[in-house]
Formats: sequence, structure tokens, C-alpha cells
Amino acid sequence: MDFALIKQVFPFFIEAAWVTIQLSVLTTILGLIMGALGTSARLSRSSILRFIGAAYVSVFRGTPALIQLFLLYFGGPQIGIQLSAFWAGVIGLGLNIGAYMTETMRGAIISVDKGQTEAARAIGLSRWQTMRQVVLPQAMRLMVRPLGVNINALIKGTALVAPISVVELTYTAQRYIGSTYRPFEMFLLAGVLYLIIILAVGRLIGWIDRRVQIE
Amino acid sequence: MGLDFSVIPPYWDVLLLGMAWTVALSVAAGALSFVAGIALAVIALYGPAIIRWPFRVFEWLFLGTPLLLQLFLIYFGLIQIGIDLPAFVAGVIGLGLHFAVYNSELIQSSILAVDKGQDEAARTIGLSRFQALRHVIVPQAVRAVIPPIGNNMIALLKDSALVSVIGVAELTLGAQQAISRTYRPFEFYLAAAVLYYLINLVMEAVQRRIERRISVSR
Repeated sequence: MDFALIKQVFPFFIEAAWVTIQLSVLTTILGLIMGALGTSARLSRSSILRFIGAAYVSVFRGTPALIQLFLLYFGGPQIGIQLSAFWAGVIGLGLNIGAYMTETMRGAIISVDKGQTEAARAIGLSRWQTMRQVVLPQAMRLMVRPLGVNINALIKGTALVAPISVVELTYTAQRYIGSTYRPFEMFLLAGVLYLIIILAVGRLIGWIDRRVQIE
Repeated sequence: MGLDFSVIPPYWDVLLLGMAWTVALSVAAGALSFVAGIALAVIALYGPAIIRWPFRVFEWLFLGTPLLLQLFLIYFGLIQIGIDLPAFVAGVIGLGLHFAVYNSELIQSSILAVDKGQDEAARTIGLSRFQALRHVIVPQAVRAVIPPIGNNMIALLKDSALVSVIGVAELTLGAQQAISRTYRPFEFYLAAAVLYYLINLVMEAVQRRIERRISVSR
């Protein structure tokens, strides 16, 4: 174990960790938006929207995220979509995780007791009011933990942008393995930084979960 | 540049061969993840503290870091300590161990969910602790755990695309080889996506069938 080497590359890994964090945050935001849109589509009264929602989930969950990313980044220019590696990463991963979030959110919503909807409708609330004031507040509580699991997977999934040369943690580890031939040290450093990020996010989600549960 | 799908047919053999390797890789890694997952779960629950503790750390490390980094470590890192694995073997071990940890989590919770009375009854009629586990607890737990493990297997299939980065000639790398000769990334990645999707559909159908069978025999 060469600690002098670790000390030497440490600043570059911190910079890379910052890129990983940025990727994670932006991807989470896009994933949540896509999840909300996907869920609305899947629970909509329009059969066309329902089909689009189901197709979105099935296609994005049925193919590897790496292929989706490559298709967008390398294939995109062929159909006129030219994105920087970073944004291709955010959009590709965001669309991918959005499909998983759709299923998580939909699952939480449909597991709210049906009697709640019936009661709300019976006292004269509209479909939208029922959703917003009765079903969603209850579903939110059910979805925090599984969404947290998705976000945890997403953070590790940001490593997938390394092959399209986004200078995040995995790419940086890979680059320094290439020049130092010290894979264990580089892996250790990157791995520890991932663990710190994931622990911190886990704590944050635990905190949110406790807040929404208390009432 | 536009799209031209006539570039694909000359490379069908490359894609289909890649697909065969993807299936082989997934089956081998899936089997490893299942067997190792059971072993990890049993150790985590019943092993002596001195073994249990390092295994917890091992699980925690695998759960908290990206699969891609783990594959790099196994393929490039083990050379540093004198172990030079072929890429395919490194891929099977990396994918297999990664998903073994996920499977182990599922198996642990399903073993804990088996009614305690089952264990007590088994011990009362004279089975040893190991016999009770093997003949009474694990069979019931395995049944409950098959649907979520099926989901893990499907995730494993998709994550097998990652071993293309360490040079295993599976479907993703097959597509890349065709792209390097034709400069047609869109067509070939789309073709690869379609093939992955087809394997995925087959696996989902198999999973549904197995789930139905389990629920019938209950």
C-alpha cells in the first residue's frame, strides 16, 4: 500500500467526487421528474398515455443502462442530438432511473387503501383533489424508503459515465490505475469516497423518512 | 448522417455470438450469485462472530461501491497481487459476487421471516441445528425469495453489459466491434438494445412461470 501516492492523487479524487455528486443530484432531479410524469401517465384515464407510460418503463427497464447511455451519446449525433458527455450522462441515467422511480411511485400510490379514494370521492372531492389531498400525502410516506433505494443505486450507477469519459470517480480511478499501475490504492480511494457519499445520502434519506413518518 | 439499418445484417453473426456470450456470462454469474448468496446469508445469520464481522464489512463494501469499480478491481487489481484472470472469469466473479451480496440480503430477510415455531418444532423432533436449517428453514425461505431473486437475475443480465469495458466479447462489445468498422453507433446500439430487450422478455416470462408454479404448489 503506497500512502504517499494516495496523498498525491487525493486532490484529483476530491474533484472527481464533486463531479459524481453533481451527476447524482442532477440525475436524481431528472429521475424524480420522469418518475412523476411516468406515474401520471400510467395512472391516467387516457389509454394512449397509459400505453406510453408502460412502454417507457418496459423499454428503459428492459435494456442495460450502459447501452442507453451509449446510444444517446455515440448514436445521438446521427439523429441530430449532440450532447456533452456530462449532460448525456445526466439525461441517459435520469431517463433510466425515472423508469424505476415510476414503478416505485406508482406502487406507493396504488397501495394506499382504496377506501380512502372512495371516501374522498363520496364527500365530493374531485379526482384531482382526492389525489392531491388524500392519496398523495399517504403515498409520499410509503415511497421515501424505496425511492432512497433507487437513489442509492443511481449514485453507484453514475460510474457508468466513465466509459464515455466523464471525469468522475470511476474514470479518475481508472486513469490513475493506467499511469501508476496501483489498482488497489486507486480503487480503495475511489471506493471510500463512494461509500462516504452513499452513507451521507443514506443519512439524509433516513432523516427525511423520519420527518414524513411523524404526525 | 441519417439512419441506415441495412448496415446491420452483415454483422448478425457478431451480434448473435455476442448475445450467446451474454447469456453464458449471465447464467454462470447468476448461478454463482445464487450459491454464494445462500452461503453468505447462512454465514451472516449463523456464523461465529469472528467470521460474521468480516463478512458484514465485505457485504457493506460491495453494496456501497459501483459494480464497474468492482470489475476493474478484480480484473486489473488482482494482477497487482499476482492473480491474472481471463476477462470472462473476472466478469463472472465480479458480477456473481456483486449480486451474491444482493441475494444474500434477500435470503437473510426471508430466513428471518420463516416462522420461529418451525425451527423450534424441527429442533424438538431431534434435528440438529444444521439439519433444521437444511431441511426445514431454507426450503421455505428459498420459496419466498424466488420472485425477488428473479428480479436480481434480470438486473444481472442487464449489468452484464458492463463487462464489455474489461474486454469480454459479449453483446455490447460485439456492437462496439461492428461500430468500429462501420461508424454506425446508433444502428448497432439500437440493435443491441433490441436483443437485450428480447432476452429480458424471455426471462420475465420464465420468472412469471416459475412464480405461478410456486404459488400453485403451496
